Amino acid sequence: MDECGLVTIELTLNGGCVRLEVDPGERLLDTLRDRLGLKGTKEGCGEGECGACTVLMDGVPVNSCLVPIVQARGKRIETIESVDRAQLSALLDSGATQCGACTPGVVMSAAWVMQHPELLHTHGLRELMAGNLCRCTGYDGIIGGLAAAIEAGLARKSEGEG
Amino acid sequence: MRSSRRREGISKLTGQERYVDDLTVEGCWWGMTARSPVARGRIREIRFGRGVDWSEFVVVDHRDIPGANQVRLIELDQPVLASDRVRHVHEPVVLVAHRSRQMCRRAIREIEIVVDPEPAVLDYRIKPTPEQIQYGPDNVFKHLRIEKGDVDRALASAAHVIEGVYETGAQEHVYLEPQGMIAGEEDGVLVVRGSMQCPYYVLNALMHALGRDESHVRVVQTPTGGGFGGKEDFPSNLAVHAALLALKSGRPIKMIYDRSEDMGSTTKRHPSLVRHRSGVDSQGRLVAQDIEMTIDGGAYVTLSPVVLSRGIIHAAGPYACENVRIVGRAVLSNSVPFGAFRGFGAPQSQFANERHMDRIARTIGMDPAELRRRNLIRDGQTTSTGQVISDGTDRVEVLERALCRSGYAQKKEECVSFNAAHPYLRRGVGLAAFYHGSGFTGSGEVYLSSCVDVAGLEDGRIEIRTANTEIGQGTLTIFATIAAERLGLDESQIVIAEPDTARVPNSGPTVASRTAMVVGRLIERACDDLRRTLGLSEADTGQRLRDAIMKWWAEHPDTEPVGHARYESPPGVLWDDQTYRGDAYAAFAWATHVAEVEVDLRTFATRVVGFWAVQEVGRVINQTLARGQIQGGVVQAIGWALMEDCVWDDGAMANAQLTNYIIPTACDVPSIDVEFLENPYPHGAMGAKGIGELPMDGPAPAIVNAVVDALGVEASAIPLTPERLMELVTHG
Ligand code: FES
Ligand code: FES
Repeated sequence: MDECGLVTIELTLNGGCVRLEVDPGERLLDTLRDRLGLKGTKEGCGEGECGACTVLMDGVPVNSCLVPIVQARGKRIETIESVDRAQLSALLDSGATQCGACTPGVVMSAAWVMQHPELLHTHGLRELMAGNLCRCTGYDGIIGGLAAAIEAGLARKSEGEG
Repeated sequence: MRSSRRREGISKLTGQERYVDDLTVEGCWWGMTARSPVARGRIREIRFGRGVDWSEFVVVDHRDIPGANQVRLIELDQPVLASDRVRHVHEPVVLVAHRSRQMCRRAIREIEIVVDPEPAVLDYRIKPTPEQIQYGPDNVFKHLRIEKGDVDRALASAAHVIEGVYETGAQEHVYLEPQGMIAGEEDGVLVVRGSMQCPYYVLNALMHALGRDESHVRVVQTPTGGGFGGKEDFPSNLAVHAALLALKSGRPIKMIYDRSEDMGSTTKRHPSLVRHRSGVDSQGRLVAQDIEMTIDGGAYVTLSPVVLSRGIIHAAGPYACENVRIVGRAVLSNSVPFGAFRGFGAPQSQFANERHMDRIARTIGMDPAELRRRNLIRDGQTTSTGQVISDGTDRVEVLERALCRSGYAQKKEECVSFNAAHPYLRRGVGLAAFYHGSGFTGSGEVYLSSCVDVAGLEDGRIEIRTANTEIGQGTLTIFATIAAERLGLDESQIVIAEPDTARVPNSGPTVASRTAMVVGRLIERACDDLRRTLGLSEADTGQRLRDAIMKWWAEHPDTEPVGHARYESPPGVLWDDQTYRGDAYAAFAWATHVAEVEVDLRTFATRVVGFWAVQEVGRVINQTLARGQIQGGVVQAIGWALMEDCVWDDGAMANAQLTNYIIPTACDVPSIDVEFLENPYPHGAMGAKGIGELPMDGPAPAIVNAVVDALGVEASAIPLTPERLMELVTHG
């Protein structure tokens, strides 16, 4: 790509500031994986269908394979690398991961649901997780683990309040 | 028992697991493939366009293959790269490599492969014309036959004779991680790393095509994002391609398929056509089963003969019948070769059989569950190959548990009143009783002669060395549990060696539901052998074992203590490959699944609203992993039954994208209820039998039986998409 086609982009990545000179059409997925070396985010289809590339943009899950980097300008991006291990034990115990190729995307969508328990007033867990294809688990492990994680989160919260 | 946590679980959940596409290799170039645009023909010319500067690229064709231009598998008919003829669209012809992936893509667009077309076979069900013959005298890759008793006589005297024809479509694996390989020469050794199920298959293919011996080739499996059979045979092709580019360019080469290349050009489940003619007596007992199974092999032989073999052996189902004839054929078509896919022919043949059992039940006016109850094999009775079943499992109990858990009888009644009252929704309940043989068919395991090593490391830990791969099913966890249990150690004391052909013995492929049962058992025996090597008795475990290992190292600093095991057939297992008589499998897993569906008559969409899976798989080593295998398999089978539709155009998949090849999401399936009945199998690790493929066999017929129950139309082909169902309901 010719130098003059490049643009300067700043964004917040996993809490830190990042400044990049990039082709504005570059996929956020490639910026993360190839330019910034964050290999946790996966490519399963490259066309917005599988959700393996899910990251949070300003707190909302997006398919990073469909986001041109210019759209991430000034945004807050969170990837699987930012997720706290301690939150994952319910998913581990329920069998939410098998081959793991869908897993980073699943975990990011799950993180979003956990941050917004109010979503559950209007949507079911299966509906909220329908953007992440998993070919291994049959989804029970994912849905069960997420339900348990939400419950544990609520319990922690009420303990904290009580 | 306690379920151990998945060993690599946290690494996967945190995104730290490194798959082949995540590896960065110094100086690595990208490789890409130019493919045939035509289903069959003679290559006239390959044109290289002017849109790129070809001096920047490394280009490989069939002339660059140092060894044989053959992908080594059962037969050698598939070329690594087509030379003068092509036999399917997307057949690889030319490979290119460049520093930039983008440039590779551009170069592929600049390559024009000019082919003079020849008459292609685009429908395997139709007898080929002489111009279409490309294999043997009749395009038949394999004929197989099973004969038991006298079918014609039994049919002539049966109270009822019921016929049916059943069809299943191709299915794409959609492992979430596409195929990928990295190849490069390291100190004169060609090293290939990538996503695969069977490192030694890949090794053998490389040796054959590169003309190298074992000391000059090494294959390492990288963490693999799903396989389901799709990474059994195909990775050999890709590994050879990457290796050819690496050798010619003198650099490491990375080849990663994108989703549409993966879906378009790799193997899929064999389509099938199965005819049944059955005789039953006045009590509903099967007296004759006359079955003809044809599978579409695609353009090359690949694994079709063995898929056919497993298909026909399972075709008569888990029933006792004294007169059985099964004729199987795998035939050529000019489409991408069909290959291994979870279940390996048994889902196809048992779809037909379990649909047919329901047809029999309807014809003679018997409840489908009762018909199965009367015919399920009892201990002491024989399968179609004459194998005496005497494993102590109560197969009727498996059926009863499934009926009870699902509330089958009550559900059936509720559906009737629901359907009478509702304007456009129809509910139905269906079931399937089925079985799956664990391990290789017939004498396959004896022929494989798998080996496992277990070593005592200098720090006192134990290392398990096998070529079996973790592809999501839990190999690492199960192997650690088996060894820890055998040696009385904590699982943290067990190390599992990376599947690297330079370090691990050939313990056979990771296929055929054999890993826990067969390879796990070898681990147990190798653990015992390690104890012998150390001069210990079977009672010596835990700390005494650790002490013995440390002492060994103190006394023999240059030789590690290793226990070996090589496969031995369980006593009394006999198989005759010529007559297809005898013990087809050392053990079978047994199951009954029940499905409840709801069909919307406005859209003809079918939803599975309830699913109950009861199975006997020997001892369950890890509840979480075993349940995950069943649930994942069931959902994959729901996709196959209702939505996964490969649309063919000139023998190529026209919908090679996840946008229009639809697999189930979390929203499309119910929670899958799972129960295991455990009857430990004495010759499997910790009493385990095979589990991975079993859940693929039953759901499709159970679901379609439920649709038939709901609507009363005789659906007999899958995928039962809304379009197909509408056609059936409106035109019959
Ligand atoms: S890779 Fe982005 S949705 Fe599949
Ligand atoms: S764990 Fe394999 S695709 Fe989800």
